[in-house]
Amino acid sequence: MTAGQGSGAPDGALGREGREPGQQDRELSREEEIGLGRLEGFATAPIPCTEECLLRAGNTNCGGCGMSVGLTMLGRALADVGDTCTLAIPACCGAVTAGAFPTTSYGVPTVCTTFASAAAVASGLACIRDLNEEPGQVICWAGDGGTYDIGMATLSAAAERDDNIIYICYDNEIYGNTGGQRSSATPPGARTSTTPEGKSEDKKDILAIMAAHRIPYAATLSIAHPEDFSRKLKTAFSISGTRFLLMHSPCPTGWKSEPAESVELVRVAVASGLFPLYEVWGGHAYRINVEPDWTDPAMYFQHQRRFRDDELDLETTRRVCRERFARLKVLAEEFPYEEAVAAG
Amino acid sequence: MPAELVTGNHAAGYALSAAAEANRHARGATCGIYPITPQTEIVEYVARFPFSKTRVVPVESEHSAMGVSIGASLAGARAFTASSSNGIAYMVENIMVAGFYRLPIVMVAVNRTLGPPWNIWADQGDTLMLRDFPWIQFYCEDNQEVLDTTLLSFRLAEDRRILLPALVALDAFILSHTQMGTELPEQEEVDRYLPDLDLPHRLRHEAPTTLGGLVWPNVAMSQRLEIDEAMERVPEAFEECRYAFIEEMGRDPGNAIQTFFTDDAEEVLVVSGTIATTAREVVRRRRDDGENIGLIKIKMFRPFPEAAVREACRSAKKVAVLDRNYAAGVGGIFWQELRSVFQGDGDELLIQGYLTGLCGGDVTPSMIDEVVVDLRERDAMDKPVWLGIGNGKGAEG
Ligand SMILES: Cc1ncc(C[n+]2csc(CCOP(=O)(O)OP(=O)(O)O)c2C)c(N)n1
Ligand code: SF4
Ligand SMILES: [Mg+2]
Repeated sequence: MTAGQGSGAPDGALGREGREPGQQDRELSREEEIGLGRLEGFATAPIPCTEECLLRAGNTNCGGCGMSVGLTMLGRALADVGDTCTLAIPACCGAVTAGAFPTTSYGVPTVCTTFASAAAVASGLACIRDLNEEPGQVICWAGDGGTYDIGMATLSAAAERDDNIIYICYDNEIYGNTGGQRSSATPPGARTSTTPEGKSEDKKDILAIMAAHRIPYAATLSIAHPEDFSRKLKTAFSISGTRFLLMHSPCPTGWKSEPAESVELVRVAVASGLFPLYEVWGGHAYRINVEPDWTDPAMYFQHQRRFRDDELDLETTRRVCRERFARLKVLAEEFPYEEAVAAG
Repeated sequence: MPAELVTGNHAAGYALSAAAEANRHARGATCGIYPITPQTEIVEYVARFPFSKTRVVPVESEHSAMGVSIGASLAGARAFTASSSNGIAYMVENIMVAGFYRLPIVMVAVNRTLGPPWNIWADQGDTLMLRDFPWIQFYCEDNQEVLDTTLLSFRLAEDRRILLPALVALDAFILSHTQMGTELPEQEEVDRYLPDLDLPHRLRHEAPTTLGGLVWPNVAMSQRLEIDEAMERVPEAFEECRYAFIEEMGRDPGNAIQTFFTDDAEEVLVVSGTIATTAREVVRRRRDDGENIGLIKIKMFRPFPEAAVREACRSAKKVAVLDRNYAAGVGGIFWQELRSVFQGDGDELLIQGYLTGLCGGDVTPSMIDEVVVDLRERDAMDKPVWLGIGNGKGAEG
């Protein structure tokens, strides 16, 4: 078989390029002739890679993409605890990350699902893993569109059943894959190709929604706080049931920001109270992980050209951040995580 | 094996459950389930079954029912589901994925009218709209055929030469809710008939690959060609599965097409599903009266058994195709298939389409007689003939 030559892919991993129907059958063994185990259109053998990591070099992510940091941290956290994972990725930038078949930038078994189905496919994978008592996390890696919008019902149902999966939403607040349209995670004021005058609605509070499912664990993640990020991943690995993690994911392409400023932007989002870092256990016990120092959020908005200076109402933004954080604070004080453990 | 009186839904539920149970020494089984009339009893049956290594996942939609089954199949398990009508329409995106991922998922589909208007009775439009997807499709005539074809579908779909999902369709209520004497095989027989599933391209940690990402046109096209080649192998593999079934169960699950007096027939009726039972009686009676008429019942719709149909029509001069389905602006879908089988043969064979029993209407012997009379009188093909509407005003009609 000549198919895989020159591509670095093993035999049987590639489709038959340029082949006419029936043309190559003469070269096939008797076993192959009757089609036994051929499936050339599927990579049934591992793609050779010198570096064993979750996110390999050569992926298609834009420079400064939050996903690159997030996936790398995910790979490291798994390696630290000696665990592995299977990824279920709905239509989103993360599905493109892999690059063109049969090469892939993912060093773990990965299935691209339909846009709304990441959680359902993950539930199926997790069922069979558990029925066979096998190790390895089943992780959904999904964008905000696949989470807040089209995949909401599927995710909600998996959470209600407490299926044994980890769901990580990398929230870049936009439909990145399709070129930057609004999602229900797009913040007010942001211009997208479908909100040319800036979005007038607020974004959904997805963490509250998921916590309201009373799942064992829900938490927010920021790549500007790597220790906290990694600790929360490991916490999630140590629990079973549905675990939901929301990562604020800078997207220079969609946010019209400098790639080099990605981490700084999300750092300011945490410090200004715009994106609080906290955890919720069982939907009722809260812990705030980073106290905002009330840094002015102005820089966050001014360094992203999706926002317009003259359209911004920073006063309201500052007030809303403080009010929302105050509510969270009350919850964390009234229903602290430690107490839940003590009671539990 | 003693026969029991069971409904089509019971027969399907039994077959799906026994097939799942038969994979208990391998990677087990899973199905996502969601109710819709008149299929609901199938998933209720599955939900009650005392499995050893199967998880039934009650999901929030048909889209996710197939999603869960896709995940389980990718993990190497036996996977299945059941649905009907708008449930199938809602599931479509993932039905397509199961085919393109070459996952041997089996779905039992109770044929029900697509809504609106809301009508829960028999019509094949819900499964025939999947006709261009990489799914094997069977249409059944009685409850035994439902049970046997469902079991056979697992063996066929999981065959290494095939690796395509399969759909087993039965008419709403006429089968789904009607009890018929049906032989239910013992679990050990099903265990022997269905080998442990070993899916070659299941996701494995030792061999990390990415399924379903970007694929360049030529590679993607070659995946389509592989599907085409697998489809081509279906008739032969089906025959093997059928003979293995006869050997194990002592019963014929039915050929891809079943012919009745076609050897010398000049007029041939082509039917599918439960209409076959009625049509067979009409043909038997007319044969007794010395008429040169025959019948073809099509069980396997995808891949379409072109060669067998051609062979069965070799003495035919006129063919009447009775469709309980409607493709807008075209007519019956089986009629369309028949015409494409004989396309290019000139006009020697007259193939006329009849739309009968759409949206659950009864197809009575007298209606089939009407078809025969109409066919006999015509000398050229015309637009499809709609039968059974009356004056279209409900009870008075
Ligand atoms: C059913 C369906 N509708 C629409 C699309 C087109 N589509 C692909 S990705 C995408 C947006 C993804 O946005 P998000 O989930 O936020 O991920 P991102 O691209 O930002 O990483 C859309 C609309 C699709 N693939 N499937
Ligand atoms: S568009 Fe945004 S999310 Fe997508 S790869 Fe580029 S930076 Fe990352
Ligand atoms: Mg997004």
